[in-house]
Amino acid sequence: MGKTVAETIKDLTFDHLKNNNGLLLGQAITAVGYVNHTVPKNCPGIIELSMADVAGSGIAVGTALAGRRPILVIRFQDFLILNGSMLINYAAKSKDMFQQPSPIFVRALAIEGHGAGPVHSAKLHNIFMHFPGFRVWAPITPNEYKQTWTDFLEHDDPVISCEHRSSFSSRDEYANEIEPAADITLFGISVGRTNIIKAARTLRAEGITVNLVHIVQLKPLVLQQSWLEALSRSHCGLVVDTGFETCGAGQNIAYELMLKTNKPVQALGLKDVSVGVSGDKENLTPRPEQIVTAVKNRLRNRSGPMRSA
Amino acid sequence: MKRSSDYHSIPDLAQLFSKEQSIGIFEKMCLCRYFELEVANAYEKSLIASPIYLSIGQESISAALSTVISNFTIFAQHRCHSAYLAFGGDQHKIVDELLGRPTGCAFGQGGSPMLQDPDIPMIGHHGLIGENIPLAVGYALGSTQPTLCLFGDAAAEEDYALTAMGFASKHQLPVLFVCEDNDLSILTPTEVRRNWEICDVAQALNMPAVDITDDPWLIAHHAQELIQSLPAFINCRTCRHYWHAGVGIDHEPEWDRLQLVKDQLKTLSINAQDIEEQTKQDIKGLWEKLLPKQLKI
Repeated sequence: MGKTVAETIKDLTFDHLKNNNGLLLGQAITAVGYVNHTVPKNCPGIIELSMADVAGSGIAVGTALAGRRPILVIRFQDFLILNGSMLINYAAKSKDMFQQPSPIFVRALAIEGHGAGPVHSAKLHNIFMHFPGFRVWAPITPNEYKQTWTDFLEHDDPVISCEHRSSFSSRDEYANEIEPAADITLFGISVGRTNIIKAARTLRAEGITVNLVHIVQLKPLVLQQSWLEALSRSHCGLVVDTGFETCGAGQNIAYELMLKTNKPVQALGLKDVSVGVSGDKENLTPRPEQIVTAVKNRLRNRSGPMRSA
Repeated sequence: MKRSSDYHSIPDLAQLFSKEQSIGIFEKMCLCRYFELEVANAYEKSLIASPIYLSIGQESISAALSTVISNFTIFAQHRCHSAYLAFGGDQHKIVDELLGRPTGCAFGQGGSPMLQDPDIPMIGHHGLIGENIPLAVGYALGSTQPTLCLFGDAAAEEDYALTAMGFASKHQLPVLFVCEDNDLSILTPTEVRRNWEICDVAQALNMPAVDITDDPWLIAHHAQELIQSLPAFINCRTCRHYWHAGVGIDHEPEWDRLQLVKDQLKTLSINAQDIEEQTKQDIKGLWEKLLPKQLKI
């Protein structure tokens, strides 16, 4: 039996700290649970930061300048708004400005539902895709995590690893599913991918043919030829994002796909309202049933303008 | 009075330094002063297109520090010409940087506030005031090497500046923090902005700290002592002669440390005039050599 995502993270971290002179920094990372069992215990190179977010990320970037290839754990992506200052302003620019790279691996954890609410449920990959200098990934499987980590080691750019806590106990891997000719091609980001898989089951049961494409590396975004060909053979496409829909990664990727294929591609993400702690106010990643509805609407109006689900 | 040319000074301190050390300090002060006057001249003639942040009046701090500490990695503030020059930064590359050339020390991308030189070594500042404080602390944590962090009295108010200093204290990191306290944030005096002293904060963070005027011998004296017990903090009361950015002047500075040092050198029987004149000519020659022929100043 393979390792879970959490075990994979812990193993890679342990090896980095023990054998690569690496550092792991974060707030409350050695407290109860060790960040969902992703942080190794009793390992050198683990630095507890104070709760000073901006200073903490600056200190972590400073260790990157010293060549320690630090891992900075951001337990909830909401905290990236503060921590992002030093990452965006310095880490992402230093290579271009000074030819002095700041290779830092930012573990940005997301969660949603369960009352996570307005300060614990953010998914902010969009922001970091916007700024030059970052490599942005959204791994949710053990192999994808290894791929993300290898990318970090092979480059000298800051990496934002957008993780999702709901994937930590998973051992699953996902492959693209591409038909010779499908009604629609669904693209998923992070746990939006598990939702497009569930939606596809429903759609296929109703006779709608569906391609599934898993987007793991968000920046630099490489639109693979096989994706473009799959979309070109479809009537249309739909990108399901875990972040806010407005000006989000999903919309941006949909735009790029449309430019490349001349096929209509819609984006679904979080509603443009603040996240609450209960019921509909939780503003979750589009659920499978929402995706199904959006696909049916899209196909029903395949020759007309795109419209929201 | 805290803002004075003799605040916490020590009588006859200059006499405890060797003649070579005193000459060295003065040469560096002259280098910084006359280099920056050429910068101001070039800026006024529109030969420099990007904003400039002159440290004229504040030269004694870097001149003194560079005389008594070595092998420190430098994290200077945005007003960094003096630090770059005093610690031995490549003079050709700073001119090229100010002129926006790819041969500049920051490849023509940063300009005046973003100087760097890996050979000193000095790490580039990207322009967000006080950012260099957590970066310096992290660098000291990651490298375990001594680190010098220079910043202004306004940067000291950044939340991340104070908390980074606290982290350095907690982990006993080898950082010498030096505040170049010119009492101004752009043109807003410190007393309008806060009712606390950064030196008190540093002491409250459990690090040795002194609050002194910018007498270079006084700075050198305390720096020599404090680097034995890092992290530590020096607040240097100094005078910025020009505006925050550019070459404007509102009024005469409270004091001109260069002139005070010249007066002091007379008591040490050191011929300051020859050193000053020679430095002035050397700098003028450097700029004439590096400016395009049609743009000589």
